[in-house]
Amino acid sequence: MAELTYRDAVARAIAQEMERDPDVVLLGEDVAKAGGVFKATVGLYEKFGPKRVRDTPISEQAFMGAAMGAAMTGLKPVVDLMFADFAAVCWDFFANEFPKSRYMTNGQVKVPLVIRLANGSARFGAQHCQSVENWCMMIPGLKVVVPSSPVDVVGLLAASIRDPDPVIFLEHKSLYAVKGEVPDGEIVDTLGTAKILRPGKDATILALALMVPRALAAAERLKAESGIDCEVIDVRSLLPLDTRTILESLSRTGHLFTVEENPRLCGWGAEVVSIVADEAFYDLDGPPVRITTPHIPLPPAELEDLLIPSVDRIVETVRRTLTA
Amino acid sequence: MSKKTAAIDIAEATRLEMYRSQYRLREAEQRAFDLFLQNLVKGTSHLSLGQEAIAAGFATAMQPGDLTFCTYRGHAHTLARGVSVEKVLGELMSRDNGLMRGKGGSMHLTSVEHGVMGSYAIIGAHLCIACGAAWRAQYQGKSDVTTCFFGDGTTNIGAFHEALNFAVIWKLPVVFVCENNLYMEYTPIKDVTAVAQPAADRASAYGLERILIDGNDADVVYQTAQKAYARARAGEGPSLIECLTYRHSGHSRADPAKYRPKGELEKWKESDPVKTYRARLLAQGIKASVLDEIERVVKAEVDAAEVACKASPLPPDEIMFTDVYADGGCAWRN
Repeated sequence: MAELTYRDAVARAIAQEMERDPDVVLLGEDVAKAGGVFKATVGLYEKFGPKRVRDTPISEQAFMGAAMGAAMTGLKPVVDLMFADFAAVCWDFFANEFPKSRYMTNGQVKVPLVIRLANGSARFGAQHCQSVENWCMMIPGLKVVVPSSPVDVVGLLAASIRDPDPVIFLEHKSLYAVKGEVPDGEIVDTLGTAKILRPGKDATILALALMVPRALAAAERLKAESGIDCEVIDVRSLLPLDTRTILESLSRTGHLFTVEENPRLCGWGAEVVSIVADEAFYDLDGPPVRITTPHIPLPPAELEDLLIPSVDRIVETVRRTLTA
Repeated sequence: MSKKTAAIDIAEATRLEMYRSQYRLREAEQRAFDLFLQNLVKGTSHLSLGQEAIAAGFATAMQPGDLTFCTYRGHAHTLARGVSVEKVLGELMSRDNGLMRGKGGSMHLTSVEHGVMGSYAIIGAHLCIACGAAWRAQYQGKSDVTTCFFGDGTTNIGAFHEALNFAVIWKLPVVFVCENNLYMEYTPIKDVTAVAQPAADRASAYGLERILIDGNDADVVYQTAQKAYARARAGEGPSLIECLTYRHSGHSRADPAKYRPKGELEKWKESDPVKTYRARLLAQGIKASVLDEIERVVKAEVDAAEVACKASPLPPDEIMFTDVYADGGCAWRN
């Protein structure tokens, strides 16, 4: 067992898979000699060399396409896109190319690759701190994975690299420095599985990435201050979505809260609430409540802090709803 | 522009193959148009009528294992790699016998077993994807070469420039082929481009040789392709080739091409690649009966394909829900 940061966990997972499979390659801007803009790939260039760990120019379309062409013909590329917002300059690949090729070719073409994005709030402002998980979730053919802890980064990134479909792997840039225990040896998790991090009987709180530690802290305060016992579920994967774990929890608690960093409209929680309305309406003892970032561009620095769902906001919303 | 013609140094069997290929592309696409007029092609289609020498010349110069990437105007390139006319027409007609059982349609013809890695309908993307296929060959020490065909309009999108720079800096075994048919869609390419030759005049920006050829001369195309492939296989990196040509039909099936100046089509039909190549072979001493026999066999394939496609049912509904994911299905939740 070792204590690793979330960023070191990224490098550990990639190294684990590169050692196992010579077809795994890593490419992106500043990913090789510089070890990544977020220092999440430090040491991989030294360990695996310039053939397998390659710096690219600032040409997002070129290296997204290159990764796809390599994936279609036998390699397993891992791409570092840096800021998740940059997905918008190569969105063709996310929306039209990676996810549609298998379908359009009736299964002839396979695109086994992983696109790593540094997602979410970190006080850089409206073009460097968006939470784009909802952009990705709406596209059939993609898988969308969103880890919240170092151990999940290792296991889910390894599983994503082994997965035969295109996986969008959303790392949270405000979690890179967070430490956690990671067992020694090979770790491979399972995509499409949510995890109950804190059992509880009064309400189900769903969260992703940076919102997970906040939901857990809120749950502890709600218990201590108000005796409200919340179950906290780390959703971990939006595509595929582990609705079974969510609905099963709701059947026990009767109350649902989603904590979403994405702007409000069409956030992942909206889809979850829609599924609940369809399939678990009579399990609800009150309205499902979505706690989200407002539907505005994110301002930078301290102003950002006022808009992203906070522990206080989660606590107040849950308490107000359950004691109304 | 290289005006070399009558390349008698190309083996007779190769020349006959290029004639067969061009004639086959012409017949297959004319049949596709006929089927459209019969209201049997309900989706879109983009024909390469008049541009056959490029597809035939490159495909003939390729080796087994070489890869083709093309655009939504991809019938000719797909057929030229040996895919059957029936599979292509079936796909256009959304039939169960189609190349992708109707799930891709005219704009996405793909046959991995023939090295046709896809037809791409978003301008520019596939130049980048072709780089990746070439990178894989380089990475694995394989000798296959990737060819990426695109239209003149593609030269004004960012992905074109990103891909060229990328292919050069990584020295990738990829050949970029611009089919300059003078119109990006409805607008003349010269009206919207900073240079006269949209691909060739950009080559120097990437340290590449300026290559501009007669795209209606299969011999010239073939010999240019051979040189580019030899360079790629020798590890000397990519090539960018601009082929001058002209499409005899509109941009898509919906386009009657009324924007053309009077007489332009007629002028270009004088250098119709299929007719001029036939005349050249005859002048080189090939017997008319040999060419007639080639034409008879091709026509028989196209006729049989039409019959088979008309007899084929639409695919079963279930097929629309397959192969979204690698497990074969479309499930996004448990």
